[in-house]
Amino acid sequence: MEKVLTRNIGTHTSPVDLKAYEANDGYRGLRKALTQLSPQDCQSMVKNSNLRGRGGAGFPTGIKWSFVPQGDARTPGHTYLVCNADEMEPGAFKDRLLMEYDPHQLIEGMLLSAYSIGADIAYIFIRGEYAVAIRRLRDAIAECYANGYLGKHILNSQFSLELHVHPSAGRYICGEETALINALEGKRANPRAKPPFPQVSGLWGRPTIVNNVETLCNIPHIIDRGPEWFNTLGVGEDSGTKLFGVSGRVNNPGCWELPMGTPIRDIIENHAGGMKSGFQLKGFLPGGGSTDFLVADHLDLAMDYNVIGAAGSRMGTGTLIILDDRTCPVGMVLNLIQFFAQESCGFCTPCRDGLPWTRHVLESLESGAGQPEDLETLAYQVKYIGAIGNTHCALAPGAMEPLQSAMKYFYDDFEQHITTAQCPYRLGRGA
Amino acid sequence: MPKIIVDGQTLEVSQGENVLQACLNAGLDLPYFCWHPAMGSIGSCRQCALVQYQNEHDTHGRLIMGCMTAVTDGARFSMDTSNAVEFRKAVIESLMLNHPHDCPVCAEGGECHLQDMTVMVKHRDRRYTGKKNTHRNQYLGPLIHHEMNRCITCYRCERFYQNYAGGTDLGAQASRDRLYFGRQTDGVLESEFSGNLVEVCPTGVFTDKPFLADYSRKWDLQSAPSICGGCGVGCNIAPGERYGRLKRVHNRYNHEVNGYFICDRGRFGNAYVNSQKRLNYPGLQMPDGRFKAIDHQAALSRAAHWMKNKRVVGIGSPRASIESNYVLQTWLGAKQFCAGFSEREGALTCGIVEILQATRAINPSIKQMESADAVLVLGEDLTNSAPRVALALRQAVRNKSIAMAEQIGIPEWQDAAVRNLAQDALSPLIIVSSAATRLDDIASHVHTLAPNDIANFGDVLIEHLRGNISEDVDIINIADCLMTAKSPLIISGVSLLERGILDSAAGLAETLYDHNPHTMLSLCAPEANSIGAAMLSHTDNLSLAQITERASDIDVLVVLENDLTRRLDPTSMQQLIASGTTIIALDILENETLNHATLALPAASFAESQGTLINMEGRAQRFFPAFKPAHERQPSWQWLLHLAALDGHGELSKIIHFDEIVHACAQQHSPLARLTEVAPDHSFRRHGQKIPRQTPRYSGRTAMSADLSVHEPQQPKDLETPLAFSMEGVNQNQPAALKSFVWSPGWNSNQAIQKFQAETQKPSVGVSSGIRLLISSGKGIPHTSTDRTAFAQSNGWQLIPIQCLHGSEELSAYTDEIAELAGDPFVALTESCALELQVAAGDGVILSSNNVNLSLAVKIVARMAKNCIGFSAGYTQTLSLSAGSHVQLQRDPNWRPFKPLVIASDRRPNAQLRHNRHG
Repeated sequence: MEKVLTRNIGTHTSPVDLKAYEANDGYRGLRKALTQLSPQDCQSMVKNSNLRGRGGAGFPTGIKWSFVPQGDARTPGHTYLVCNADEMEPGAFKDRLLMEYDPHQLIEGMLLSAYSIGADIAYIFIRGEYAVAIRRLRDAIAECYANGYLGKHILNSQFSLELHVHPSAGRYICGEETALINALEGKRANPRAKPPFPQVSGLWGRPTIVNNVETLCNIPHIIDRGPEWFNTLGVGEDSGTKLFGVSGRVNNPGCWELPMGTPIRDIIENHAGGMKSGFQLKGFLPGGGSTDFLVADHLDLAMDYNVIGAAGSRMGTGTLIILDDRTCPVGMVLNLIQFFAQESCGFCTPCRDGLPWTRHVLESLESGAGQPEDLETLAYQVKYIGAIGNTHCALAPGAMEPLQSAMKYFYDDFEQHITTAQCPYRLGRGA
Repeated sequence: MPKIIVDGQTLEVSQGENVLQACLNAGLDLPYFCWHPAMGSIGSCRQCALVQYQNEHDTHGRLIMGCMTAVTDGARFSMDTSNAVEFRKAVIESLMLNHPHDCPVCAEGGECHLQDMTVMVKHRDRRYTGKKNTHRNQYLGPLIHHEMNRCITCYRCERFYQNYAGGTDLGAQASRDRLYFGRQTDGVLESEFSGNLVEVCPTGVFTDKPFLADYSRKWDLQSAPSICGGCGVGCNIAPGERYGRLKRVHNRYNHEVNGYFICDRGRFGNAYVNSQKRLNYPGLQMPDGRFKAIDHQAALSRAAHWMKNKRVVGIGSPRASIESNYVLQTWLGAKQFCAGFSEREGALTCGIVEILQATRAINPSIKQMESADAVLVLGEDLTNSAPRVALALRQAVRNKSIAMAEQIGIPEWQDAAVRNLAQDALSPLIIVSSAATRLDDIASHVHTLAPNDIANFGDVLIEHLRGNISEDVDIINIADCLMTAKSPLIISGVSLLERGILDSAAGLAETLYDHNPHTMLSLCAPEANSIGAAMLSHTDNLSLAQITERASDIDVLVVLENDLTRRLDPTSMQQLIASGTTIIALDILENETLNHATLALPAASFAESQGTLINMEGRAQRFFPAFKPAHERQPSWQWLLHLAALDGHGELSKIIHFDEIVHACAQQHSPLARLTEVAPDHSFRRHGQKIPRQTPRYSGRTAMSADLSVHEPQQPKDLETPLAFSMEGVNQNQPAALKSFVWSPGWNSNQAIQKFQAETQKPSVGVSSGIRLLISSGKGIPHTSTDRTAFAQSNGWQLIPIQCLHGSEELSAYTDEIAELAGDPFVALTESCALELQVAAGDGVILSSNNVNLSLAVKIVARMAKNCIGFSAGYTQTLSLSAGSHVQLQRDPNWRPFKPLVIASDRRPNAQLRHNRHG
């Protein structure tokens, strides 16, 4: 397979600099757009490419862009582009790779996206712990300013863009685009109610597009080589390539660029090297910590948004977390719920108070103090916190996904915790 | 009007409102927490969930939040479907996880919105078995008690304190289930509206600290509809009494005036009613200067004896009711009566009345001010002189953001969305003042000028608007703001005691009116009944100067609720005392005038009497007694009726009841003709019964006086009002002027007000929001630009009076908490002035002029007109200072702040307070 997003990665030990990036056809898409394409043309190309958001929700990027008011609907003032680089989903590490090793690809993607939506100021809102990525992005941005890729009249065109790197003060919820916007404004990182959507009233109340790092990294290639080419990259329903990652007890955990629609079995068995000896696959989270478990029956499914969705989970970030047969599913869910309860912004009741309640129930199960009615309580929590619309944003429903699917697939394990008044996996751990 | 269907019932709803409002308006009990009628929706508590169906075939529907969903014609909802019911129950169960269940010891218990909502959703059994989260409470000053463990995280406190009232020192901190609402460190809350936290908080996190120290349950309070006497705004309040003590004051909804909020002076400053300095019995001054308590009959016969065939002169009061002033003037005749203003105040207050009776501009209600989209404030620090008006202006400047939101279809109640869209975009607010004001933070233009120059500035602006184009960029900008506004508002007042400013304000409004008939003009009067006293005044009236100059010609001087030391300079006061005139003084509290009276008569306070006050806009409002006056206290009008009868006044001696005074006054003073309509008279009945002052659950009635007698006393009779000192009666559908307390089955908290409103944020049912008596003829005011002398450079500093919410008002300063917050009398300087004098905040200075020598604290302010310094107006220690006079200043090396050992209001050692103030 042709490497697209990672074509500059792996060949260098250090990130590609401007020169090396340019040498490998870098900024060719930008030059093409600024000389030959109108912003509307670029938007159409992205729409036709069927690129879907790589941050987890899979919303079609071109359609998202089209909500930015155009023409007469546009009020005077700035339009913003924000890159969501706050990669804090448990199990996700794909954006880090892209930013650390090929920062110019992201910058070119942002330049093209800003050009397409008419943005004149852009931010990279990056997870504060990504110190290396922050440094490398800042270096790359400095190179761009020095060489006319950023600032006023980019490449002598009418297009201008200011690009800033904003390290996050560090909350998982900042990955939610409206919470991110609040954080960027210096406010509490609480998500905003929608509507109005950020495309209409976002950063500082102005039209704003928030896209994930990987999404933006696709844009230069779509503009450079056309949507038709991009459509051919996927092997399933969806277009393009995707960074897939695997963590857990596999022989070769890591992150690889593969075509969209690659079968899960292929990812786990060929790229991740299969399960470590002595461990069996019990289940897996296909797209990071806030997606539903799937089990061995689903291994032949293609990693496509709709296919995984139909199976009852979400493709999310495409970074799989493997649950093996010697790890307690209740303990794993507890670990995740602990994280989500900790990271709740505290704005709405079900999430703020419901998640710690759920955590408490799971803790008592794990400690052997579980009561039969606890399972009813957990089922109740799933219904109460888990439905979209019950809470202010999608964090809490996401948090409930591993729990609800674990109760579906591993119900026996939950029951065993109660009937034996202990965690059955803890016995084997010492052995 | 759109229609929505809720559980099969078709509701007619208002365009643009949300589903929660629509349900509440229809009388449905949909529980909620974070939504507030005045603050809109944010969707955080998730309590008002309903299920919405796409059409009549949709049986599944989806859960929505009522407060976040706009009504659309034909939309279908269900409150009763099990999905919605279960979800609302789950929300309450979650909110109660960490709630301490300390209702029996919580001040909110019995009027707690959380209790009401918990009962409403029928939550009972607790499934959570974990430990509860706990928090450390903060010291927030003498007014507000903090009990963070009770918090249910509805964000209302933060939204009121910061977004609505502009405070900066209280907000949300931390995150997840550790959210904390408080200050960064312990300390006195800075906002002038902090008391509203008590009512905004749906449970007992923020409670009324003085009330907590002298506590009764809401259901045990006897309340009456009342009017705050703290300033000229006339906010509606509900004082609550038990055991003869005023326990607390709550806001009483009046759509046109205070809406849902009052200031801290109004809420906490009225506790002077319980002061040790109240007069209980008539007092006769003995030769040794001490007072001997005598009974009512002895006092009256003594007075009659003095007055027989003698010249009696009366001094009224701008803080006493219309009725009391009327009786005094009618008894003695206009030629023997003085309205009780100082010379300067009198001229200014009568000036306000003249202007408002002639101007073509709209004289807005406080509510109307919120609709202004450009505001010019001339010479007032409204937050301290007319606080509720300042709060209204904080809403008015948001009109720009509301307009921006409307353009992209965001309804006004989508509070967070509107704020996020508009960010810091505000409608123009132009402040021209002599010193920093508490609205500077939201002002688009700030000008600092000496009082004279403020008037001149106004005149230049008028000339510019009339076509004599100024070259001053600021004038051009300001004129532009006012000319392009849909509803410009000019506000001024009398704080600086400068008539020219009023004329300028009037002239500006008139000039703007030529361009825009929606122009508003509002003038702030200083005291609760300033406008009423001015409307009653007559050209034949005496002035205070005439009285003091010829005091020896006066045999008896009757002073009505007026401490003359606040109106007269020390020399004139001395002259009056030295004249040997017999002074009969009626007042509520001990003061200097009473100390020099021959006979002191104990007057009932607002909480024990009834009367009518006319506020700054000319709105007459009636206050009613919450309880019978104790001891020999009587309403002033009653004392005066007795005196007049003894003096042989024919007409007044026939009057027995309050309502007869109202009728007589309405007949004799044509501008006051509608006084009879202000509130129903004593004969008003609902279903043949009186309106109760006590709640249906009022307890202990048979036992309250058991320490004195085991026989249950008869409830006091009230012959003067339609209210009963009892729980018997009908508390339903009466006019708002007679609503003693708000309570509705299932709604024990103040949120019950929505049960009495046709629509939330709309007037109460059968509303009488008072009667506008000040009606303009609309003939306009010719403006002649007077050539005022610009501020003359002279040797010394010009004194500018600085109004203080806590301290400047006479009666509230008798309240421990207010006195504590008022602190030491001060001189206000800018940083650079202080440098020049080599002083800093916390130091003292000696202020001296020909006849005064005072040692005062230094307070640093952000701005002050050139060559001017401010002084704390209305403090007893600074009464001798005269605004506009020139003084010298020098550092006082011996000055020490006044430090009581124990802070009485807080029962804490003073060290704590000092730490918080300076640390």
